Amino acid sequence: MSLFAKYKFNGGLKLAGHKKISMQEKIADATIPAQLIVPLQQHIGRVAKPIVNIGDKVLKGQCIACLGDNKNNTVTAAIHAPSSGEVIAIEQHVIPSMLKQTGDCITIKTDGKDTWHNDINPINDPLSLDNDSLKQIIFEAGIVGLGGAGFPTHLKLTTKNSNKEKPIDTLIINAAECEPYITCDAALIQEQATRIIQGIQFIQHALKIKKCIIGIEDNKPQAIKALELALDDKTQEQIEITQVPTRYPAGGEKQLIQVLTGKQIPINKLPRDLGMICHNVATTYAVANAILDGTPLIERIVTVTGDNIEHPKNMRVLFGTLMSEVLNSCGYTESNNQDIIMGGPMMGIHLDSANYPVIKTTNCILVKNNKTKTDPLPCIRCGECARVCPANLLPQQLFWYSRSKDYDRLQEHQIFSCIECGCCDYVCPSHIPLVQFYRFAKNEIWTQESDKKISDHARERHEYRQYRLERKKAEDAERKAKKKALLNKKQGIDTSADDAKKSAIEAALQRVKEKQTAVPKNTSHLTVEQQKKIKEVDRRRSNKINPAAIDTTTKNTIKPKDDNNG
Amino acid sequence: MDNIAPSSVTRMMLNVFYALIPGIIAYVVFFGWGIVLNILVAIITALVTEIFMLQLRKRPIKPFIMDGSAVITAMLLALALPNLAPWWLTFIGVSFAIIVGKHLYGGLGYNPFNPAMIGYVLLLISFPLEMTVWLQPDSNISFSQNLNYLLHSTLNNIDAMTMATTMDTVKTQSGLGLSFTTIQSNYPTVFGQFAGEGWEWINLMFLLGGLWLLFRRVINWQIPTAFLVSLAIMALIFYPSTDTSPMYHLFSGATMLCAFFIATDPVTASTTPNGRLIYAAGIGIFAYIIRTWGGYPDGIAFGVLLMNMAAPMIDYYTRPKAFGES
Repeated sequence: MSLFAKYKFNGGLKLAGHKKISMQEKIADATIPAQLIVPLQQHIGRVAKPIVNIGDKVLKGQCIACLGDNKNNTVTAAIHAPSSGEVIAIEQHVIPSMLKQTGDCITIKTDGKDTWHNDINPINDPLSLDNDSLKQIIFEAGIVGLGGAGFPTHLKLTTKNSNKEKPIDTLIINAAECEPYITCDAALIQEQATRIIQGIQFIQHALKIKKCIIGIEDNKPQAIKALELALDDKTQEQIEITQVPTRYPAGGEKQLIQVLTGKQIPINKLPRDLGMICHNVATTYAVANAILDGTPLIERIVTVTGDNIEHPKNMRVLFGTLMSEVLNSCGYTESNNQDIIMGGPMMGIHLDSANYPVIKTTNCILVKNNKTKTDPLPCIRCGECARVCPANLLPQQLFWYSRSKDYDRLQEHQIFSCIECGCCDYVCPSHIPLVQFYRFAKNEIWTQESDKKISDHARERHEYRQYRLERKKAEDAERKAKKKALLNKKQGIDTSADDAKKSAIEAALQRVKEKQTAVPKNTSHLTVEQQKKIKEVDRRRSNKINPAAIDTTTKNTIKPKDDNNG
Repeated sequence: MDNIAPSSVTRMMLNVFYALIPGIIAYVVFFGWGIVLNILVAIITALVTEIFMLQLRKRPIKPFIMDGSAVITAMLLALALPNLAPWWLTFIGVSFAIIVGKHLYGGLGYNPFNPAMIGYVLLLISFPLEMTVWLQPDSNISFSQNLNYLLHSTLNNIDAMTMATTMDTVKTQSGLGLSFTTIQSNYPTVFGQFAGEGWEWINLMFLLGGLWLLFRRVINWQIPTAFLVSLAIMALIFYPSTDTSPMYHLFSGATMLCAFFIATDPVTASTTPNGRLIYAAGIGIFAYIIRTWGGYPDGIAFGVLLMNMAAPMIDYYTRPKAFGES
């Protein structure tokens, strides 16, 4: 039996689903391509380091990149060979990411045999394992959130909680899949509901929590049915399937939690602070596979859909397969005037070609014919954006302050609560690409803050050094005076007053000298190369005839970062 | 695809245009073709000055002409003018509205004051005589007579046909110490069923068009509601001392035009949900104060401009709480 959600979130949009397009066929296996280009960063966190060399033979499921310290609380994820073959290159390649254009990738020339690595060990009795061993398995399997963000899953298997009074007691499974066109989760649920329930049970076991709510949009009756059938008497007591109204962005973590529980996650807090942990439904499937089959995360379901695709469907694709190959296998005809999007039409990443590898967060490859773009008009402050904003922000004001680079006001207006869902863009009668402005402003604020941190740090170090030097001087002087006094005493002469004066003058003189030499300390945090360059510049300057050119303060003009990059 | 407002500025303005039509028809029925001539002069002036200013500011002309905002400004100003207006009056008002009220502040989206009201107030202060020459309702003036007045500002038996508007009559007569009921019996032709003769119908038609705009989600509910409610409450409070009923205030002068078409100009209004309530309530209060105790028959234009000034501050203090903000 499934329930209906009692609550709702503010704003949002009712969008045309376009989900049937890709739900006509069953999930198909994509062929193993001749080459796999596997990015070392397919997740949020630190980039994995390659542990194979060019020329190495690798087997399917073998770990080819990780951080090496093997600690299951690091923000990173291991990368595995999606098929067997030979490493032929480790080099930069374009990667589908919001933050970077390119990233290091390991290129594997596949041998077509698809031979599994012999280190693949299914766990016989998973429910007897403790939290840490389960976490270790998930960590080693390189599992990340498959909903789109790619946050390492092992970090969401800890029961640690900042709020001691509220223990973690609810697991929330996000199966909402609210973006139009995308159906990979729905297709997976329809075909693998039992595995998904098993995965949920493992996560429940790891977190020691009994209650689980699966939130799913009510436009997926078949998937809901499949989940209901997969529940047995025992699991039915613990796992609750709740239908949420189809309304974008119901699948946003904060929105889903509000719809399911009526609680709003406070700003700067995580669901765990309210006793909840949220996982994507496809992630639970990957968890079940890692435990029951011992297989690491090397493939995922990708929705291939949109315009100019003859056979839109969901495909099981190995990571590192180029999107162009996936598209071609679905009967895609290229045309000039189209957008290739990784993800959905609202939040997806627009790519300049199909020459990008499929990665862990590739839930959909969407091709859309470009509509004739209308140039944006000025904002007329109609407020439609504020009405649809699920974060209750005032997008029109954020736009105004983004344009005037008023970062204080932006933070006052909670720009960091923006989830970049694109609802405001969608309704704007002036066709302003609002989210782009917010993304840019957020980046600027981050850069400013890190710049400030660096310079604060440098200043603190400089000040501390000054303090240290002066203390040393004082100590030295004191020691010297004592020694002299002692010596004089031995000789029977009392000159202590005279000496104290002398040493005080000496100390003062030295302090002045010290100050003169220790001016440009805000360069001390720079890299070795930068220091070298500065030294070189100084040398050049001191070679000039005019001694006035040797002005130590000029060193201060070299800053760690170019401020004018905006 | 529910609950989405018309997705372009042009379509929004087009909707506003349609919504004005019933009111304009009522105008023509009671006061003849003058209003249509005024609107035409206003639109032509607006388009010419808009193109001129866009060219001067080196902005693309087509998208900004197509957005329709200049046409709407022109129409609203024309609707606020007397139905007997010489062409130059409309010309000065509209070109001032577009040039100073709009483009000198940066054009569409950047003007702090409602351009139509800027133009109207300029005319009201500069040409008080021309701004008070109104035709009597139902005076059966012909189209050619109207055209003649537009071009040469002359009219046969002009004195017989012109008079003060209802609100003007009430203003001057109560200034002489007469009670509202005495004024009503002294000037029977000026009053209709529950407000000014003719004016009650024009207001009713603007109300109708406004409700349609609300239904189409071109405008929000907060501004018209708060404006009308605050005006009615003010009228109710002072009913015993002024004798003018809330009904009279709601259906006289430019009340409905303001509620749905002028105060709702998104660029110059407050933009937060609560801010809009405060903003529009402020206009209602100012309009009532000026109507009742000020020097002008109607106070809406001043009320709008005064609240335009306050809008940024209102916005700042009425920001809704963000998701998860305590």
